[in-house]
Amino acid sequence: MSPQDIELIHQHPDFIQLVRRKQKLYWSLSLIMLVIYFGFVLLVAFSPSTLGQSLSGGVTTVGMLVGVVIVGLAFALTGFYVYRANNVIDPLNEKLKQECAR
Amino acid sequence: MSRLLALFLLPLAAVTDFAMAADGATRPLNWNAIGMFLVFVLFTLGVTRWAALRTRSASDFYTAGGGMTGFQNGLAIAGDMISAASFLGISAMMFLNGYDGLLYALGVLAGWPIILFLIAERLRNLGKYTFADVVSYRLEQTPVRLTSAFGTLTVALMYLVAQMVGAGKLIELLFGIDYLYAVMLVGVLMVFYVTFGGMLATTWVQIIKAVMLLFGTSFMAFMVLKHFGFSTEAMFAGATAVHAKGSAIMAPGGLLSNPIDAISLGLGMMFGTAGLPHILMRFFTVSDAKEARKSVFYATGFIGYFYLLLIIVGFGAIVMVGTDPSYRDATGAIIGGGNMVAVHLAQAVGGNLFLGFISAVAFATILAVVAGLALSGASAVSHDLYACVMRKGQASEQQEMRVSRIATLCIGVLAIILGLLFESQNIAFLSGLVLAIAASVNFPVLFLSMYWKGLTTRGAVLGSLSGLVSAIVLLVLSPAVWVNVMHHDKALFPYSNPALFSMSLAFFSAWLFSVTDTSPRAAHERGRYLAQFIRSMTGIGASGASKH
Repeated sequence: MSPQDIELIHQHPDFIQLVRRKQKLYWSLSLIMLVIYFGFVLLVAFSPSTLGQSLSGGVTTVGMLVGVVIVGLAFALTGFYVYRANNVIDPLNEKLKQECAR
Repeated sequence: MSRLLALFLLPLAAVTDFAMAADGATRPLNWNAIGMFLVFVLFTLGVTRWAALRTRSASDFYTAGGGMTGFQNGLAIAGDMISAASFLGISAMMFLNGYDGLLYALGVLAGWPIILFLIAERLRNLGKYTFADVVSYRLEQTPVRLTSAFGTLTVALMYLVAQMVGAGKLIELLFGIDYLYAVMLVGVLMVFYVTFGGMLATTWVQIIKAVMLLFGTSFMAFMVLKHFGFSTEAMFAGATAVHAKGSAIMAPGGLLSNPIDAISLGLGMMFGTAGLPHILMRFFTVSDAKEARKSVFYATGFIGYFYLLLIIVGFGAIVMVGTDPSYRDATGAIIGGGNMVAVHLAQAVGGNLFLGFISAVAFATILAVVAGLALSGASAVSHDLYACVMRKGQASEQQEMRVSRIATLCIGVLAIILGLLFESQNIAFLSGLVLAIAASVNFPVLFLSMYWKGLTTRGAVLGSLSGLVSAIVLLVLSPAVWVNVMHHDKALFPYSNPALFSMSLAFFSAWLFSVTDTSPRAAHERGRYLAQFIRSMTGIGASGASKH
């Protein structure tokens, strides 16, 4: 890429749009994952008894369910990201590439 | 490197009181396991031959020509994470402490979404063969490549030693083969896969093993659930009824009870994964950012599924292995040590034939992981040190590949020697240490190089080195080494995991030495960020898949 190309892409409205959407997507999802995981870690550190409570009167505890839910959420978040990136970000990126290739 | 190893040999030499295998007596050869393992080896050697015929260029050798699909790469990444250490280690942790085992599993898993959101696509868009390509993208090649290669080799070799020793013990136990031959066999096969088949063979060996392990573990979990009438409640009730700790195994125990330790371990596990060179390298084996993204999605799914199965395996083993006296020796300890519960469970649910299968899978797992480690170490030598630093990019592909093969051979020999040297040493802390080091040495600089315009060569090199030095020093001063290994009374550093401090220091020094860098070179490097940013965001100019 020549300095002119760089400047052209940098100023391109599609590029600005792409960057904004992409950053919003990955920063917000990262934040959610960090909050989930470190929230869990802090819960383990400060209040393990919360996780030790019985879920519905039986042996299975709240903590066991939380563990399984975190696994599910981690997978769901990656799935959501891939879905958004494939359906929203990529088309925008393709459009930008084609316009800049001209 | 040698100084670093001397640093580790010193404390390690003091340990004599621990061995992974509890009984040193010679065990009978396990013919089921050996037979099935031979089938695996023959099959993978066939794959290696097939791959060797397709490995012509440097791109083929390092990254399988960038031709893997997202699904295949996802399986291979999952295969790297669901190693023998996690299969045997986490199920053993659950067997002993219940819920605490799950905490470990979650730490590793939680790192993957972050890798997807922040690392995977940019890495693919900017790099070609190694993660040093990305860090040195707009910085000065020689110092940055030297540091990155050093970080890669440190992590890869330590990981390799931990795997080799574990492998030797495990194979001795499962197959009845002598430790010496077990370690040599692993080393020789590893070198064979990598030198002849390159990344293509390494990836396929990893995929085959991942499928075998997922299948085997699924079968075990199914049989355990069947035993309890498909009720997890009945399984947990059975486990709490017979476990010495009773219902305490259903809640967090001693692990992570200190908040600082908890956060430190969590950070180390989360970001350590994002600093493992053999994992980062996998992102270059797919054709573009889109496939890189898909591979993490599949990998997260497989890893999460595997860890959920391990809950069933671990808790099921408490009942089905723990209460069966035939799995205990005269003193009441589990035969072969705590790490063997998953293997005993295999026999309990599927008889000797399935025991043979799981043993063969455990061996295959080690082989697949060490092959990836050896390849990442060899790439650091041949691509970063030889082609980019020594020859300034003037080496031909043939020369580069030849150096890579020689480097693989050297790493193989070194791994065997170290594996034999460390045979009776306590290396359990090494595998935990590897993640903390990767999180401090590789991750901060990689992250900053992609996200922060201000990073300069000086900041990158000093950030990386301060992460390395602080991680190692803090670990030596921590209870795991200072008290348990060197037998001092009190640890100078009270926390068991250094990641929180060493990672912060690495970020801080990278920042400090970058912002105070007023050289013209630094200004030039900051000026080149925009072009890098555009390429990382859009993939314009990224290296594609090679055509066959």
